[in-house]
Amino acid sequence: MKLKTATAVALAAILGASPALADMVFPSLSYRTGPYAANGIPFADGYADYFTLINERDGGIGGVPIRLIECETGYNTEKGVECYESTKGEGSLVYQPLSTGITYQLIPKTAADGIPLHTMGYGRTSAANGKVFNNVFNYPANYWNGASAIVNHMLEENDGDVKGKTLALVYHNSAYGKEPIRTLEELSEKHGFELKLLAVDHPGQEQKSQWLTIRRERPDYVAMYGWGVMNATAIQEAANIRYPMENFIGIWWSGSENDVRPVGAKANGYKALNFHGVGDDYPLYDDLKEHVYDAGKAAGAGDQAGTVLYNRGVYAAMLAVEAAKNAQAIHDTKEITPQQMRDGMEALEMTEEKMAELGMPNFGPSFKVSCENHGGPGLVSVNQWDAEAGKWNVISDYSESDMEVVQPLIDEDSAAYAAENGIEESCS
Amino acid sequence: MSASFFFGVEVFMNGLMAGVMYSLVALGFVLIFKASGIFNYAQGVMALFAAQTLVGLQTGLVPFSHLINAVFGTEVHHFGWNIPTVFAILLTILIMIVFAILVEKLVLKHLVNQEPIILFMATIGLAYFMEGFGDLMWGSEIKTLDIGIPQGGNIWVEEATAGLGGEDFFGFYLDTLDIYATVIAIALVTALVLFSQYTKTGRALRAVADDHQAALSVGISLRTIWVIVWSIAGFVALVAGAMWGAKSGVQFSLSLIALKALPVLMLGGFTSIPGAIVGGLIIGVGEKMFEFLIGAPFLGGATENWFAYMLALLFLVFRPQGLFGEKIIERV
Repeated sequence: MKLKTATAVALAAILGASPALADMVFPSLSYRTGPYAANGIPFADGYADYFTLINERDGGIGGVPIRLIECETGYNTEKGVECYESTKGEGSLVYQPLSTGITYQLIPKTAADGIPLHTMGYGRTSAANGKVFNNVFNYPANYWNGASAIVNHMLEENDGDVKGKTLALVYHNSAYGKEPIRTLEELSEKHGFELKLLAVDHPGQEQKSQWLTIRRERPDYVAMYGWGVMNATAIQEAANIRYPMENFIGIWWSGSENDVRPVGAKANGYKALNFHGVGDDYPLYDDLKEHVYDAGKAAGAGDQAGTVLYNRGVYAAMLAVEAAKNAQAIHDTKEITPQQMRDGMEALEMTEEKMAELGMPNFGPSFKVSCENHGGPGLVSVNQWDAEAGKWNVISDYSESDMEVVQPLIDEDSAAYAAENGIEESCS
Repeated sequence: MSASFFFGVEVFMNGLMAGVMYSLVALGFVLIFKASGIFNYAQGVMALFAAQTLVGLQTGLVPFSHLINAVFGTEVHHFGWNIPTVFAILLTILIMIVFAILVEKLVLKHLVNQEPIILFMATIGLAYFMEGFGDLMWGSEIKTLDIGIPQGGNIWVEEATAGLGGEDFFGFYLDTLDIYATVIAIALVTALVLFSQYTKTGRALRAVADDHQAALSVGISLRTIWVIVWSIAGFVALVAGAMWGAKSGVQFSLSLIALKALPVLMLGGFTSIPGAIVGGLIIGVGEKMFEFLIGAPFLGGATENWFAYMLALLFLVFRPQGLFGEKIIERV
């Protein structure tokens, strides 16, 4: 009798309890090994730490715990695709491939599988056209916004007139490095400055020819689209030829501590674009300290907090969490599917108030995603390296890029992709 | 003469300097190939490991600190001291000798009399092991290496030559680090040549290089010779790693400088120390002049790697043994 009663009580307890919610799965295609590990580690740590914070402080998103699956790509496209294939079945909600090469491979795959892709500041720029790339998002800024932001900075420094000036683009000789060329060509025509192109072979350790050319031709500004060792080498060569650092501006992938520290004091004044905050002077960091760092739950060695690329990881995770919250609200369910996550991303709106509520005031620009525009308005700020203090300073507000030039290029490129792949433009 | 002419001369001189840097990497390959017939795929990673060790010792990093902290829950990263560069270099040389002994004991000893391709595969494995081991030991973050050699355009050269080509010419640009690298490379090659010509060990090295069996028959220990050769190659890797690391920081990509050495080896021959130097200079000057005269103006630039390998390919077709390599004729 006692056994029967006990069994009945146990059964009642099981049946009466609220159903357990499945985890929300966020894969992290990280690269902690290989040639770009120094850049991959801080991003992966920031991405993981933010999700840990949400689990520890809030009990997950809307009460649903987050499960982060980290898969090592080594920044290798084949491994990245393998990671995708091996994790998509886990119920992965959104992929952030962290590599333009992996992104290009995943665009058709994620479209077929109905899983959204977020390529923040990299990947295929024309994916900003959500009518063609339903599943791909590249908010808040893309490579072409970056090119326009560099020219905007030149315009600001020259009272709006850069006619007769020269801009040299030092770029990684790859699909990524070549991304801004078309935009800069259009902008040079519009504003009357001369554009000089200087390609650098992978990996970019030897750039003597390019910098001798710059020394000879003395362009007024130098822009850089580099990655890895190419960045530090370029900044070192610029210092060697005594090029004025304040006229040397890199894209956001050429603007981390890893790029300037090897050059030492001579890197002082170097500028780089960014689309999020720098340092750790945000209320969010108090929460991270309490719930993650001091609790011994920090990812990796726990020594990356506040670096540019760590903050980028935090920012990417925060945008993913906000989109997931949106999806839960739109579909009135705690457990969301990848397709619902996509809807949440498409309805994402980041305002100053929301950023402040999240403990990240002015950490990122205000923007609104829509079906037509998966890239946002391309709001970008300029950072400058202070070598003595060993930190980046934000020297401009988030300012809009020249969408008059950028948008037609996005439309043209996405239309070509749609024609090639038989895609009919639509808003789902 | 016009400024353009002097700019061309400047590119030529910088090509020579770049060539010296390539030669430093190629030398390590030549030493090991010459003495043991092994194409050491791990030479680039050895340069990275040597540079990581140098900067780690210099700045007082705790080896394997991430592993120690993860296992024991500690927070140790630095010893709290800095070691003077000279002592750090000496300690690094010692570590590279220990590395050579371990390679001989754990890898090469077991592969005596195996086909060269087996030994080559073993060095590929060694390269991957060293990549991970180096990162585990010293961390994968980018490290700044300061060995006291100044960097940047040499002001004296610049001022002395300013105005040679009119007011558009600002004087020759020569990187002071490259000038130092040239002097170090000359000293290194001279020392290596003197060592191999005038010391007993050097003669034993040459004997092993000429004929393993004959050398063994007169009592030369092949295993000792291998340890010595790998130690010297480790030292050369340290010099190359320190020079390249001082330019752009000590980071994983340092291991990729081996890519720059391959065309140099094809050109100069895999068995000649002077060949590595001359090959490096030809590749350095050739690629820089091609980029200056043809690549950048007409082909969109970034032609240097392409040119270096094209030149090497041409040599392979017409002189497969390279400029100074040994011509091996095997008669059936």
